[in-house]
Amino acid sequence: MFTPAAKTMAEKLGLKMGRANLEEFAATLEELAKANPNIIAVTSDSRGSGKLAPFGKALPKQIVEVGIAEQNLVGITAGLAACGKKAFGVSPSCFLTARALEQIKNDVCYSDVPAVLIGISSGVSYGALGTTHHSLHDLAVLRAINNLTLIVPADNFESREAIRFAATATKPVFVRFGKAAMYHLHQPETKFEVGKAITLRDGNDVAFVVTGETAIHAVLAAAQLAEQGVQARVLSVHTVKPLDTESILKAGRECSAVITVEEHMVNGGLGEAVASTLLQAGVCKSFRIVGIPDEETVPGAQADIFRHYGISMEGLTEAAVKLIGK
Amino acid sequence: MTDQELQLKVISLRRTMLRLIHNAGAGHTGGGLSCMDILNVLYNRVLNVSPQTFTSPTRDRYVQSKGHCVEALYTVLADRGFFPASDLDTVCRYQSHYVGHPTRHIPGIEMNTGALGHGLPICIGMALAGKMDSANYRVFTLLGDGELAEGSNWEAALAAAHYKLDNLFAILDHNTLQITGHTREVMCNEPLADKWRAFGWTVRCVNGHDYAELTKALTDPPESGKPTFIIANTVKGKGVSFMENVAKWHHGVPNETELKQALAELDVAEAGLKSA
Ligand SMILES: [Mg+2]
Repeated sequence: MFTPAAKTMAEKLGLKMGRANLEEFAATLEELAKANPNIIAVTSDSRGSGKLAPFGKALPKQIVEVGIAEQNLVGITAGLAACGKKAFGVSPSCFLTARALEQIKNDVCYSDVPAVLIGISSGVSYGALGTTHHSLHDLAVLRAINNLTLIVPADNFESREAIRFAATATKPVFVRFGKAAMYHLHQPETKFEVGKAITLRDGNDVAFVVTGETAIHAVLAAAQLAEQGVQARVLSVHTVKPLDTESILKAGRECSAVITVEEHMVNGGLGEAVASTLLQAGVCKSFRIVGIPDEETVPGAQADIFRHYGISMEGLTEAAVKLIGK
Repeated sequence: MTDQELQLKVISLRRTMLRLIHNAGAGHTGGGLSCMDILNVLYNRVLNVSPQTFTSPTRDRYVQSKGHCVEALYTVLADRGFFPASDLDTVCRYQSHYVGHPTRHIPGIEMNTGALGHGLPICIGMALAGKMDSANYRVFTLLGDGELAEGSNWEAALAAAHYKLDNLFAILDHNTLQITGHTREVMCNEPLADKWRAFGWTVRCVNGHDYAELTKALTDPPESGKPTFIIANTVKGKGVSFMENVAKWHHGVPNETELKQALAELDVAEAGLKSA
């Protein structure tokens, strides 16, 4: 995922490598479920890919297997939630948010049950498996559904906090995870609040407004830019809906340029949400959306795809320099 | 309530529903008439639910998978006192929650339905929750026969048997018609009983307008460890001669003359029942 230069930069910043957000999710859910027998995991032959095999062994009465049937997975999760269970439906985001989108829209969001849906191995986590296994549409379609809190954690801390929030939420929640190991990005004293972006680095020349597991690349790029005298702000927008418009407008007003970064198609994701927020408030700055373009995604592993489309320290540094004209 | 009392009640329910659809200018007349006897038996004889117990965790659950027949459900719920009958005047009106498919905004409604093939999976979740909690509530859903072409029903058919959900009862409003015409011509689902048996369900076939048969099918204890599928053979448009077995009444709305004629037929049926 990282070039030697990026790894060196991470070291310089004192960043430590954690585990996959998906592993953090599974461990957190198991811990919560041991204390709360009402927590139920629902899987569609996905307990292995969801890192829930230990959960299934430890809490066999709190896991429901539905087989390879995502529509059924979401309907059952909604039914459990309607009858007082804290149900977590766990399935690869590519299937969950495409095949079962109608169940998400109607059974969960419209019916307003406190179900949690976990989109695993999202974005291009399954890179080399091809487009069938990519979810580059999920943020766009979920943003267009009313009554859903949409969280895309950047690191283990945000993942843990998102799951803790979801476990007590009284409304529908969707959380999106990748499967690669993530650097820890946050200080121990950081506060996590759903709907409030976290400033990972301050600066006024350019703002990286990022979501999910692309955040690390913006952090590294910001450090590289600092060496060139460019001060970049990095805003981790873990909650894509409801969007923290206040922090985004502040960044737009205070910085000379804004670059959004997401592991998602450039159509309908974080970038367009940020653009809409800025424009409707009359904030017009140099602006660029970094993500996967509207084309057949280049074949390759997740790291290859990220590099190809400039989701990397080097790519984002270059994008910033171009945008601010330095 | 006796069979005869229920038979009298259903005439007035049909009357109310026809007036409602006429006033709303929209609705699913044929299917509403075909499932009205089923709803009448469910809400007045079978379901352990009332306006007072609707929030009880141990209430029986009813999810109407064929959500488009909501006018029949609204009519029965109003009759059972879940909300004032005057609310029915607002169906499909601006800012009224009484929209053309069930929503939880309406007292007595468990889940928002209307897209077909959603009710059965939801009911599996509800039935599983009941098993986990050792609660003795039962879960009922009503499916349309055209609806069975939705693949999600068959995902759910597997899961219900897999999890031995003997607290789950799926009722098929088997009126053999759907919007385009005869279900067997649109997308044949026969042999129905064999299919559900093969999926591991207990199958009960009844006349969906016969109160004794419906009551028995809906109240006989289930086979231990098996979900129950009740094929209720019904007549689309039941009770109004010119609507019976005519596909165009799927969502046909009676005009003034048609309404009058339909109500007159129901009056005759009522007089016949009373003198019997
Ligand atoms: Mg039909």
